[in-house]
Amino acid sequence: MTTPRERRAALADSTACLERMMEIRSFEDRIKELFAEGVVHGTTHTCQGQEAVSVGVAKVLAPSDQVCCTYRGHGHALALGMTMDAVLGEIMGRTTGAVGGVGGSMHLCDRTVGLLPTSAIVGAGIPIAVGAALTASMFGNGTVALALFGDGATNIGAFHEGLNLAAIWRLPVVFVCENNVYGEYSRFDRTTPIEDLAERGRSYAIPSEVVDGQSLDAVVGALELAVDRARSGGGPTFLECKTYRYSGHSRADAATYRPEGELDRWLARDPLVLYAQQLVGLGILDDAKVAALRGDVDRRVDECVERIKAAQPAMLESMFRNAGGR
Amino acid sequence: MKMRMRQAIAQAIADEMRADPTVVLMGEDIAEAEGPFKTSEGLLEEFGSLRVRDTPISEMGFCGAALGAAATGLRPIVEIMFVEFIGVALDMVTTEAAKFRYLSGGQYTAPLVVRASTGAGLGFGAQHSQTLESWFISCPGLKVVVPSGARTAYGLLRSAIRDPDPVVVLESRVLYAEREETVTGEEGVIPLGVGELLRSGTAATVVSIGQMVGRAAQALENGGVSADLIDLRTLVPWDRGLVESSVARTGRLVIVEESPYTGGWGTDVAAHVASTCFSSLTAPIVRITCPDVPVPYPAHLEQAYLPSVDGIVEAISHVVTTGTRPMPWWQKEGFVG
Repeated sequence: MTTPRERRAALADSTACLERMMEIRSFEDRIKELFAEGVVHGTTHTCQGQEAVSVGVAKVLAPSDQVCCTYRGHGHALALGMTMDAVLGEIMGRTTGAVGGVGGSMHLCDRTVGLLPTSAIVGAGIPIAVGAALTASMFGNGTVALALFGDGATNIGAFHEGLNLAAIWRLPVVFVCENNVYGEYSRFDRTTPIEDLAERGRSYAIPSEVVDGQSLDAVVGALELAVDRARSGGGPTFLECKTYRYSGHSRADAATYRPEGELDRWLARDPLVLYAQQLVGLGILDDAKVAALRGDVDRRVDECVERIKAAQPAMLESMFRNAGGR
Repeated sequence: MKMRMRQAIAQAIADEMRADPTVVLMGEDIAEAEGPFKTSEGLLEEFGSLRVRDTPISEMGFCGAALGAAATGLRPIVEIMFVEFIGVALDMVTTEAAKFRYLSGGQYTAPLVVRASTGAGLGFGAQHSQTLESWFISCPGLKVVVPSGARTAYGLLRSAIRDPDPVVVLESRVLYAEREETVTGEEGVIPLGVGELLRSGTAATVVSIGQMVGRAAQALENGGVSADLIDLRTLVPWDRGLVESSVARTGRLVIVEESPYTGGWGTDVAAHVASTCFSSLTAPIVRITCPDVPVPYPAHLEQAYLPSVDGIVEAISHVVTTGTRPMPWWQKEGFVG
């Protein structure tokens, strides 16, 4: 089986990037179905529509770089290299899951590709990434830390404290905000008085940019500059990737609050379609190959689901492992 | 060597920083100002501003940064000037740091020490005088340590810094200036989770932590009561074996706490002993606590709020001689029903 590190390295290839975005989309669609079928319990937060940001981050960072992301993290985890088995195993509470099945959908982690434990608390990963960058700067090892978070997180204190610390200590950290228009059930413009969150980064004297989050190339381009700046001692960068969440906040949310036509407008700029068209235009792929890739990805997701359904559920002893303290 | 608790703390940090280059200290005014309570005296000078780092007034930010640093190879100590300030950073301690090992399947640990000054006695008022142990002890994934003077502050802090998991160290602010004979170096290191029998006696087992240990000792001295006095030193995990074996001998348990009656750390000790030592007990378990009120500001009320030496003598004598629970003073005097 391909290791997470190998999956990560594969992203050097543009076709593999498209395939990974397809994998995330297909995986997330399947997760929604599995919850609907009642095969898995609890909650889940899917990221259809935001795949270009996940894959862009994974493509630019090295596996030794450290990443903090959120409870909407399946896409980040798969992009960074975690296997579908590890992610689905965790979502379905199997011993083979990323953290042994005791974490669930919101709690993924893989040290081999630099994914710190994902947090279910909005904004929590921001100061934690700042701390990972502090280690990097003290060790002088050229490592970069990156925090992924949503637009909603820019209204919580951890965001502001984290950015301020990173700026005054000039740390090698990149803040990537996926502005997907909604914080839980609330539209961004109802909770936030400015249009471009990049302004918030600038207010901490951090170079900040608005990025087209639907374009893998745009995400990669902006990230390369940011990561270079961090590695060369230039301090933090804030990137606001404008993107869209096709699904509701969580499995319980049908997203009925969205204005008519909004989803369609974003679907017209779907990151998978845009990138596939680009690769076809460049002659790297043709339509038939794109369709074949999609079919292949769907088949692998189906096979993964079957394997995980048959896998060992987390055992009683699992809950005492790594519980610490007493 | 006799030293003040604040010096013992600075010494423990310095000794660990010398031994381990990954140990760093962060907090508000801990570097150039050497700490509001002078618990980091000399550290900036010896270790420099990269390892001894002043932060903005930003507890959520620097506790989170300390956690991220801990998970990736440093061993940070953060100083929370007054324990109440952790309120704005509690997520990072109880929900993030405490769960890092669990939620990473053991891939990441968080060797992080959160030190905070606690308690009443210096006239800081209701928002700067609480102890708040119970905020932390009910949170799996954290260890909680409470020194009772310079000697334990030194020994426990060194163990806390070496621990692979997050440890909260709650320091009675009133003890910072107090002097105590203190063993430094490896010999002075005190393991976590081990209580200490400070006095031996027959009539009761008295269990305490922090600044109340000294008061309880004084009370036993003044009252001429023969009792075991146990300084728990660590609240999580607490030394159940030591307390159980003592109660098995004495048959009576008195807990002296600087915390509100409701939900104080002693409730856990009392409940455990009641259920495991039931047949040994010859009298009700007694908790000597503060009343369920915010800490008052004026010095005379602040002292009335805290368990006093006389009050402790009286309560212990009462339970030993009558075999019944002494009524808390605030009830006796009719302030609370």
